[in-house]
Amino acid sequence: MKLKNQLKAALRSLAKNKMRTFLTMLGIIIGVGSVIAMLAIGQGSKESIQKQIASLGTNLLTVYPSASMTGGVRLEAGSSIKLTIDDYKSLASRCPAIMYSTPTVRTSGQLIAGSQNWRTSVWGVYPDYFNIRNLDLEKGAVFTMMDDRTANKVCIIGQTVNKYLFGEGQDPTGRMIRINKIPFQVIGLIVTKGQNAWGQDQDDIVIAPFNTVQVRMLTVQYIQSIMVSATSEKQIPEATDEITQVLKERHRLGPSEDPDFSIRTQADIASTATATSGILTALLASIASISLLVGGIGIMNIMLVSVTERTREIGIRMGVGARGRDVLLQFLIEALMISLIGGFLGAGLGIVASGVIASLMKWPVTITVQSIILSFLFSTAIGIFFGWYPARKAASLNPIDALRYE
Amino acid sequence: MLHRWAVHHNLLVAQEEVVDMKETIISVEHLVKVYKMGDMEVHALRGINMDVHKSEFVAIMGKSGSGKSTFMNIAGCLDVPTKGVYFLDGVDVGKMNKDQLAHLRNKKIGFVFQSFNLLSRTSALENVELPLMYNIKISSKDMKERSIQALESVGLADRAHHMPNQLSGGEQQRVAIARALVNDPVVILADEPTGNLDTRTSVEVMSIFQQLNTKGITVIIVTHEPDIAAYTDRNISFRDGRIQKDILVEKPRNAAAELLTMPVLTAEETI
Repeated sequence: MKLKNQLKAALRSLAKNKMRTFLTMLGIIIGVGSVIAMLAIGQGSKESIQKQIASLGTNLLTVYPSASMTGGVRLEAGSSIKLTIDDYKSLASRCPAIMYSTPTVRTSGQLIAGSQNWRTSVWGVYPDYFNIRNLDLEKGAVFTMMDDRTANKVCIIGQTVNKYLFGEGQDPTGRMIRINKIPFQVIGLIVTKGQNAWGQDQDDIVIAPFNTVQVRMLTVQYIQSIMVSATSEKQIPEATDEITQVLKERHRLGPSEDPDFSIRTQADIASTATATSGILTALLASIASISLLVGGIGIMNIMLVSVTERTREIGIRMGVGARGRDVLLQFLIEALMISLIGGFLGAGLGIVASGVIASLMKWPVTITVQSIILSFLFSTAIGIFFGWYPARKAASLNPIDALRYE
Repeated sequence: MLHRWAVHHNLLVAQEEVVDMKETIISVEHLVKVYKMGDMEVHALRGINMDVHKSEFVAIMGKSGSGKSTFMNIAGCLDVPTKGVYFLDGVDVGKMNKDQLAHLRNKKIGFVFQSFNLLSRTSALENVELPLMYNIKISSKDMKERSIQALESVGLADRAHHMPNQLSGGEQQRVAIARALVNDPVVILADEPTGNLDTRTSVEVMSIFQQLNTKGITVIIVTHEPDIAAYTDRNISFRDGRIQKDILVEKPRNAAAELLTMPVLTAEETI
């Protein structure tokens, strides 16, 4: 039988039992729809986690001095004073895999502006810090290396600090604040960053030139850490190797000796978070696929009923010359049509459902083309898989028995 | 009553010159069919020998259980014999597999059933088209033309788009005959074609068979009504799986002529 006629015959026999066809199809529609919606939710949350991590700077590396050990007592990591500004300078000049870098010092300070006061941490960094952390300013401008060299008393504040000192939405640029009694001029306001992945308020921060903090506030010679960004995410291992090599050399450590510093990257955090959301997506999708499977069983069930009901029709068709494979194809095409049309409608339902979820629950939702293609392939496979047995049963009927069937 | 061998002999003598010219359409030798019903063995056919030639109009008669329907099913390639040889139009059917049997049914045989066996909710035309659907060499246009032609030859061209449930029994059977015709078969096999019909429609159907037969189409019908068998040229009687009689009908009845003299029943009377 020609394919065109097969398709026509299949459509007609599906149209004969519209309600039954629709209900059977509904199983597939709901199955495919939920797979697409679940994948969209999974993908959406994955992307939002990735975006958050990217906002920390995915190619960020931080070099800390190792925990010092004095008389067998291990102290907190970063508590020793083994990194110097010269270490930083050689890293900056000798590591090609590094794009931006800054030394950092950090202290906490009591901030006073007019009658308001607030306590927060004060970071001393180079202007490159803003590139490394992807920080943008809402108002004002970043200080320059000249400000750093002259230990100029300028600072940039976060939104939380602005809120407590000047009031939310106020423009703090040009205003004076005193940090630990030292007067600073506010020259910039950072855009809202919100909480980071660990619930820390990223807006509760004051950033000042490195030298200003190191010399005027802390009056120390060492630096607390070195922050660098690799030229790309892929260059992180390369950058790690280069930093290790340069610092070991500077600290006169042999290649086999343990380094007296440690390098932390965001990569492991990123990969853990991505893997977690990947597992979540897989879990959601597998639950949804169960409903698709149930839909497939529905197809098989209805096709079996249909074969029994239409035994006489099969007999007539065989009587006028249909071969087993013609009958097989006829029933297989019917099953496939149910699952394909169901898959098509289900994709529509999934897209609509994802949109509704996104707008009602405010969840991040991303529909990928792959998920739609996957659902289609899956529903086709289900049509063939669950349609095969009933079709096989129809095709193996003996014409004479089929014709006699009442 | 003459002995069947004698009848057969006479037949051969009588038709000798003709037989030589006419090709054999159906030839069976020692055909045996045994059904297994659980532990029981039912011998439906116990050795049938028969030749049917081109353009013959044969009636196979016998009581129920005589094996006539079993023979028909085997002749129609719907069933296979347990033993024996069956040549259809020169082809050894016993050597065919399932697909080849389907092909034979499609190309060489037109089957008409007692219960019409039309596809429900499918128009007369599409029912007639059905055998052509399974012949991929025929284009949709040819399919339609040939089907309409077949419907015309049974006088139903005006009912082409009616559904089976909108047609009377006689009309349904005529659609079934058109379906049997449409593939240009070498033989039309009809299993009790008038079994579900009243007298007048039976005669109508027989007149169609007679018309087709005069056009040179070989027709074999199964019937248990001697009245119906009287419209054919040759009557073969089955009994207990064997051929009991095989006689030529001296003067076959003419269905078309009889129809003219028969009263046409009104709708109320039909009910």
